[in-house]
Amino acid sequence: MLTDVVPAPARRSGRIRRPSARLAAAWARPGVRLAVLAVLVAALVAAYLFTDVPGSLAFALHVRGLTVLAMLVVATAVGASTVVFHTITQNRILTPSIMGFDAFYLLISTAIVFAFGATVFLRTEPLVLWTVQVAVMVAFSALLFTWLFGGRRRSIHLMLLVGIVLGTFFRSLTEWMQRMLDPLDFQVLTDAAFASLTRPDEGLLLLTGALVAASCAAIAPLVRRLDVLTLGEATAVGLGIDHRRLVMLLFAIVSVMIAASTALVGPILFFGLIVANLAYAYAGTFRHAWTLPTAALLGMVFLLGGQLILENVFSFGGSLSMVIEFAGGVFFLFLVLRKGAR
Amino acid sequence: MTAAAVAPTSAPAPTRPRRTWVGALIGASLAILAVVSLFVGVSDVSPAALLAGGSDGPAAFLLVSSRIPRTVAVILVGASLGIAGLIMQMLVRNRFVEPGTTGVTEFATLGMLVVMIFQPAMPVPGKMAVAAVFGLFGTWVFLRVIRAVPVRQLVLVPLVGIMLAGIVGSITAFFAYRLDLLQSLGQWAQGSFATVMAGRYEFVWIAGAMVVVAWFAADRFSVIGLGEEFAVNLGLDYRRVVAIGMVVIAVITAAVLVTAGMIPFLGLVVPNVVSIIIGDNVRRSIPWVAGLGAAFVLACDLIARTVRFPYEIPLSVVVGVVGAGLFLWLLLRKGSRAH
Repeated sequence: MLTDVVPAPARRSGRIRRPSARLAAAWARPGVRLAVLAVLVAALVAAYLFTDVPGSLAFALHVRGLTVLAMLVVATAVGASTVVFHTITQNRILTPSIMGFDAFYLLISTAIVFAFGATVFLRTEPLVLWTVQVAVMVAFSALLFTWLFGGRRRSIHLMLLVGIVLGTFFRSLTEWMQRMLDPLDFQVLTDAAFASLTRPDEGLLLLTGALVAASCAAIAPLVRRLDVLTLGEATAVGLGIDHRRLVMLLFAIVSVMIAASTALVGPILFFGLIVANLAYAYAGTFRHAWTLPTAALLGMVFLLGGQLILENVFSFGGSLSMVIEFAGGVFFLFLVLRKGAR
Repeated sequence: MTAAAVAPTSAPAPTRPRRTWVGALIGASLAILAVVSLFVGVSDVSPAALLAGGSDGPAAFLLVSSRIPRTVAVILVGASLGIAGLIMQMLVRNRFVEPGTTGVTEFATLGMLVVMIFQPAMPVPGKMAVAAVFGLFGTWVFLRVIRAVPVRQLVLVPLVGIMLAGIVGSITAFFAYRLDLLQSLGQWAQGSFATVMAGRYEFVWIAGAMVVVAWFAADRFSVIGLGEEFAVNLGLDYRRVVAIGMVVIAVITAAVLVTAGMIPFLGLVVPNVVSIIIGDNVRRSIPWVAGLGAAFVLACDLIARTVRFPYEIPLSVVVGVVGAGLFLWLLLRKGSRAH
């Protein structure tokens, strides 16, 4: 899977190395790769903000700035949460969305409206609602984790299938509840709980942005421990990690991020899978200090680049999620069918 | 599939008890549900109203034009979808497949979309034929892909099927979105019997006919389920039987699609439940699967009609919840070979 770019050993003859060799040596360093990616993202942001602005620049910048911000938040949340989830579950195919997390988030939102009426969304502090939703999600992921990953090891394919069916189950339940709602309540629910990437609600965007930023801040001091987790549970415990506690904490952070990104764009099934797997290949290392930001930046490249290409080349704005889903589906099939898929 | 353990010389002895009482229970509940289904609805159709209005009163008219067609359609769809799932499971030799989780239904929907783009005025039989051809192609594609699966893992097969379905579905969604046909396609993407009336459901009889075909070929499907070499050794024209099975699956899928839309998990759950009760002899299980499938869809349709009276919720939502729950139970229960 990973083809590490090993720089040619520099000959110690005092001669200055050829520039190509110098480049290769630099390219082998994750930091350089990350910087290249960051520059690319910055260029894409600029391109998105300033290409053919019709009319007032200030207005266009405001609207597009919100979209860019939403994309940054979603890419960070999906990329980072998927990488962390991979580390916790010791595999590279299962992702939170495939295991039905975002479908579950939608189910919680709907259930709240179903139980208390839509006014709950209008009258309560959004942060309070959020806390409730995320708390339920954390409880659910803890349950799911102990049930699926605790005890005897089940096959990875079985878990995938269970996750996908769980997702369908949650979505059907969500729809059932939505059909039982008043049209008015339903309207409020869709407005309050689900926004869109190209027209994000400002309040929701700020809230989710803050939450994702807080999650990143919470993960930052844990990157070394995450590296240890990749060695497997027994080794991690042997090296003095409180495995259960750390995993539960990480699950909580993942839940917050998934909730944030789902609230902004709705469920995207395969996006995290593509981004995380490409990030491992691109970063050329498994150290989380590099893979986490790489995944987030790659997600931004995909969202921004995809949107730019769709809008300006094909004038297909709005179908980005379908394109991602298609590409992700093909990629996923490839991953599953690859010989010796772990 | 419990292959290889059967001695080829002896007739397959019934490995499980006859369980006649369970069969009788299924039959009785089917009859009761069908009668209830005739008398549930917004308009007043009750035995009393029928007697009062006579044979040309409003109640009788409603009964003949709406209630009876709907009940018949539900029974035929439930029975034939169960059979389609059963045959698919025999062909693929895997417990966890059905047309909806292998891309067959998605391919048939893509066929509908193609008709809508190029021949929007095509009459229903034409639409159904195109959908069936696409469904047949989808079955073929799935069987090809499965052959390429390196690891013969029980759960990998449905997983690949679901992915395939997702890929084809996203292609369909994309073109439907581009051409502003999502609304019209949505009718089929959401299974419901709300629009079934006399004169608009008769094609589902074709699916019913396929059940009869399957019954005639039942023993051959049983043998197919034991594997290709085994079947050829017993003197079976393996390819021809597989072809018959594929046609039956595609036609059932297409007929159900034009009548009621997509109904998830049914073909997967019903044959599995029957197999748990009476085992894997196809000839014996066909009436069971048909009966249980019909009763299951009738029950779900009644729920869909009454849970938010006077409005209906789509049947596929109800079946999705119940079916997905049952599927999870099948996957995770102790003693299932999925682990």
